[in-house]
Amino acid sequence: MKRFLSIAICLLLVVTLFSGCGYSYVELDLKGKYDRSLEGTVLNVYNWGEYISDGSDDMMNVNKEFQKLTGIKVNYSTFESNETMYSQIKGGGVSYDLIIPSDYMIERLKNENMLKKIDVKKLQNYKYIDSKYKGLFYDEKEEYSVPYNVGMVGIIYNGALIDEPRHSWDVLWDEEYRDMSLNFSNPRDGFMTAQMLLGQSVNTTNKADWDAALQKLKEGKDVLQSYVMDEIYGKLETGEAVIGPYYAGDYLFMKEINEDLEFFYPEEGTNIFVDAICVPKNAQNVKAAMMYIDFLLEPQVSLANAEYIGYASPNTAVIENPDYYYYQNKILYPDEKDMPKRVEYYHDIDPKIRNYYENLWIDLKLY
Amino acid sequence: MKTLSRIYVALMVFFLYAPVAVMVFFSFNSGESVWVFEGFSGSWYLSAFTNTEMLDALRRTLIVAILSATISTVLGTAAAVGILAFKKKITKNAVMSVTNIPIMNADIVTGVSLMLFFVFIGKIIGAYESLGFTTVLIAHITFNLPYVILSVMPRLKATDSSLQEAALDLGCTPVKAFFKVIVPSIKTSIFTGFIMAFTLSLDDFVISYFTCGHYQTLPILIYNMTKKTVTPDVYALSTLIFISVFVLLILYNIAGSKSDKKRGVA
Amino acid sequence: MNKKGFGSRIVASPYILWAALFVIVPLIFVAYFAFTTPDGAFTLSNIAQIAKYKKAFFQSVLYSLIATIITLLISYPMAYFMTKMKVTAQKMIMVIVMLPMWMNFLIRTYSWISILANKGIINTFLSRLGIGPLKLINTPGAVILGMVYDFIPYMILPIYTVMSKIDDSLIEAASDLGANSFNRLKKVIIPLSFPGVISGITMVFVPCVSTFYISQKLGGNKNLLIGDAIEYLFNSGPDFYNVASALSLVLMIMILVCLFVMNYFTDSEEATIL
Repeated sequence: MKRFLSIAICLLLVVTLFSGCGYSYVELDLKGKYDRSLEGTVLNVYNWGEYISDGSDDMMNVNKEFQKLTGIKVNYSTFESNETMYSQIKGGGVSYDLIIPSDYMIERLKNENMLKKIDVKKLQNYKYIDSKYKGLFYDEKEEYSVPYNVGMVGIIYNGALIDEPRHSWDVLWDEEYRDMSLNFSNPRDGFMTAQMLLGQSVNTTNKADWDAALQKLKEGKDVLQSYVMDEIYGKLETGEAVIGPYYAGDYLFMKEINEDLEFFYPEEGTNIFVDAICVPKNAQNVKAAMMYIDFLLEPQVSLANAEYIGYASPNTAVIENPDYYYYQNKILYPDEKDMPKRVEYYHDIDPKIRNYYENLWIDLKLY
Repeated sequence: MKTLSRIYVALMVFFLYAPVAVMVFFSFNSGESVWVFEGFSGSWYLSAFTNTEMLDALRRTLIVAILSATISTVLGTAAAVGILAFKKKITKNAVMSVTNIPIMNADIVTGVSLMLFFVFIGKIIGAYESLGFTTVLIAHITFNLPYVILSVMPRLKATDSSLQEAALDLGCTPVKAFFKVIVPSIKTSIFTGFIMAFTLSLDDFVISYFTCGHYQTLPILIYNMTKKTVTPDVYALSTLIFISVFVLLILYNIAGSKSDKKRGVA
Repeated sequence: MNKKGFGSRIVASPYILWAALFVIVPLIFVAYFAFTTPDGAFTLSNIAQIAKYKKAFFQSVLYSLIATIITLLISYPMAYFMTKMKVTAQKMIMVIVMLPMWMNFLIRTYSWISILANKGIINTFLSRLGIGPLKLINTPGAVILGMVYDFIPYMILPIYTVMSKIDDSLIEAASDLGANSFNRLKKVIIPLSFPGVISGITMVFVPCVSTFYISQKLGGNKNLLIGDAIEYLFNSGPDFYNVASALSLVLMIMILVCLFVMNYFTDSEEATIL
C-alpha cells in the first residue's frame, strides 16, 4: 500500500521535473538596457488569449525573454472578454500588475478609480507610439494607458466552402449558413453586430434601441451554430463553421493555418478599437510593470508580437519597418478609401444603461 | 446469455474508452489540431515537457493534492474518533449532516460560497488579493474531509473496543493505546480515505475555479486552454498522466492479490 | 473516559470548527447575498428575478433526468453482468470502469468534440460511406451524452457494490421455489439492489443538474443551463453576485429536496452517503 503511494508520487514528480529543456532562444540584443534590480519578483500579467508571441512556430517567447533579461518571473494569465477581466479585478479575489483592456473598458476602469496613473514620459520607448493613437477619448491626458494594438471587427468566411457573401452583417442572420455561422459571446461585440445592421449608434443610451437590437439578435439565434470567443479559431480553421465575425488581426492569424479563409469589413460599418496596457490600482509590482511595458514597446518585441498576433500595431518602429510581415497590409492598415464607411469606438456608457444591456444579453442567452 | 453479457460489457468498455482512445490518438498528431489528423508524430510529447506553464500547473496541482489529502486525513481521522465518542444522538446526527453537505451539494455552490466568504475575509483584513494558494488549499481540505471521515468511521465502529481497554489495562496512556492498537486496525480505511482525497483534489475543477486566484492548477489551465484552440500537447500530458495511473493501478492490484494470497496461506 | 468510543470528543473539535467556518458560514454568505442588493440592503428582487431563469432550470432538470435514466438503464445490466464474472475478472473490470475517471473531466468532455464534430470522427467515417453529415455536436443530445459519459462510473459502482453483496443463497432459494430467471431478477435482485440504484441516481443527478462545462462545449454555448447561468453571472462582476447567489441558493434547495425525497425511498444509511 505504502509502496503504491510512494510510487505514485515519485512518478508524477518525475514528470514535473523535466521542465525547461529543449527551448531555443531567439536572440535579443538588449543586454544592459534593463537592470536586474527586481530579480526574483513576480509580475502578474492579465491579457487577452492568443495576444502575445508565445514561442510557438519558432517565434519569440516574449515572457521568457523578459524573464531572462530582468529575472522577473512573469505570471501570465488570459481572459476572453473585457467583461470577464473587469469582473475579476472588481471582485477583489486576485490582483494584477498589468492588464490590457480595450478603450471603453479603460474608460470605465478610470471612471471607477481602478487604475493607477503611469508616467509615460519615464518610458524610454513611448516615443515609438504613433501620435494618432495618443490621447484618445479614453485617456485624453495620456495618464493611464499605453496603446498595445489597434483593430477593427470584420467577418471571416471560408472561401472554399461557400461563395463570397454579401458584405453585410445580415449574413449572420442568413438561413443559407444555418448551423454553420457564429457570433460573439460577449455583450458589447454581440450587440454591435445587430446595432450596425439597424443603423444605431453602438453607444446609444436609448433603451428602446437596445431592445430593438435584442429583438434582432433573438431572431438570429436559431440560425447560429454557436456563440464563441477564441473557440472561433478552431472552428473556422477546420471548417467546422464557415462564417463568423472576429477581429481583423485574428483573421490573419487564422489565414496562416487555413489559406481558404477570406475576410471583409461589412458595408454598414464596424467597430474600431484600441487595446492598451494599464496598471490596476492595487498592483503590487508597479516598477516591474513599467519595465514590462517598456519591453513590449521595444521595436524587436513589438515586431514579434505584431507578426505573431496579426493585429495592427500602434508602434511606428513596426509600421515603418519594410521587413515587417504585414507591412502596409490592406486589411490591417486600410487607406482612407478602403475604410468602412462608418467606424465607431465603444464608449463607456451610463451605468444604468450598461446594466440594462448586460441584462438584455442574459435574456438573449436564456431565450 | 453468456455471450450476450460479454458483448454488452465489451460495448460498455468501448463507450468508456472511445474518448480516451481519441485523446491518445490525437496526442500523436503531427498537425496542430485535435480534430483533423495530419500525420504521426511524437513532437507534442516533447513540447509538453518544455511547456513550463503546464508543468508549473501540474506541480501546483500535486502540491495542493498532497497537502490537502494529508491534512484532511489527519483532521478527518481525528474527527471520526471524536464523533464516535459523542454521547448525544442529536449532536452526532447534526455533525454528520454537516459532514454530508460538501458531498451532497453541487460543486458550483460549494465553490461560490467559499469564494464569497474568502473575498469578504480578504476585504476585512485589507489584503490586496484574497484568493490564492491558501484559499484553494482550504477549499480542497474542506471537500476532502467528509470523504475521509466516511471512509474511516465504519471501520472504526467495527473495531473491537476491548482491544483498547486491554491496552489501557496494561498501562498504556490513551494516546499511546490509540496509536498502538486502534490505528493499525483501521489503517487500510485511513489509507483509502487518503487516496480518495488525493484523487478528488487532483481532478477538481469547479471548486478550484472559484477559489484559486493566481494559483492555477492543471484543470484550471486546461479549462483556459479549451477556451482557445486546444493543441495536442494537452492531450500528450493527459495521456502521460493517464498511463502513469494505469501502471500504478496494475501494480496496486498485483500487490493486492499477492497480499491476499499471503493472508490466505496464513 | 468514554467506554464506547476510542478517545475523547475533544479530538473532533478541530474538524467541527473547520466545518462550521468553511461549510456553514460560506453557505450563510450565499443566503445573505441572495437577499441583499449590492449595497447590502435587504431585497427580494433577486429571488423574484429567478422567474427569468425558469427555462434554464427546466432544461437543466430535464437534461439531467434524461441523462440519469439513460445512465441507470445502461449501468444496471453492466453491474449485473459484472457480478456474474469470476472474482479476478470482476476486479479487473472495476479498474477498467474507474480508470477513465482519472482522466481530467475537461479533457474527457473535450474529446467528445473530436468524435461528434461536423468534421469529427463519426462524420468523417459516414462521409466515406456517402452518408451525412449528421448534426451531432451543438445539440441537446450531445449535452446529454456528455453527462452520461462523465458520470456513468458513479452509477455502475454503487449498483455493483450492492449487488455483489446479495447473498447467493437467496437467489438459490428463489429458484428452488420455482422462480425463473426473470422472476429471480424481479423479486430478488432488483429489490435488493435498490439502495445502490438510489445512491447511483443521486450521484449522477446532482453533478448533471449543476454542470457548467458540458453544455458550453457540447451544446454550442447557445443556451444557459443553470450552472452556466451561475458561472456567467459570477463572471459578470460584483453587481451580479446577488442574483447569482439567489440562483445558487435555489439550486441548493432543489438538490436538498431531491435528496430528501430519495432518502425517503431508502432507509439504508450508507447507500445515501456513498
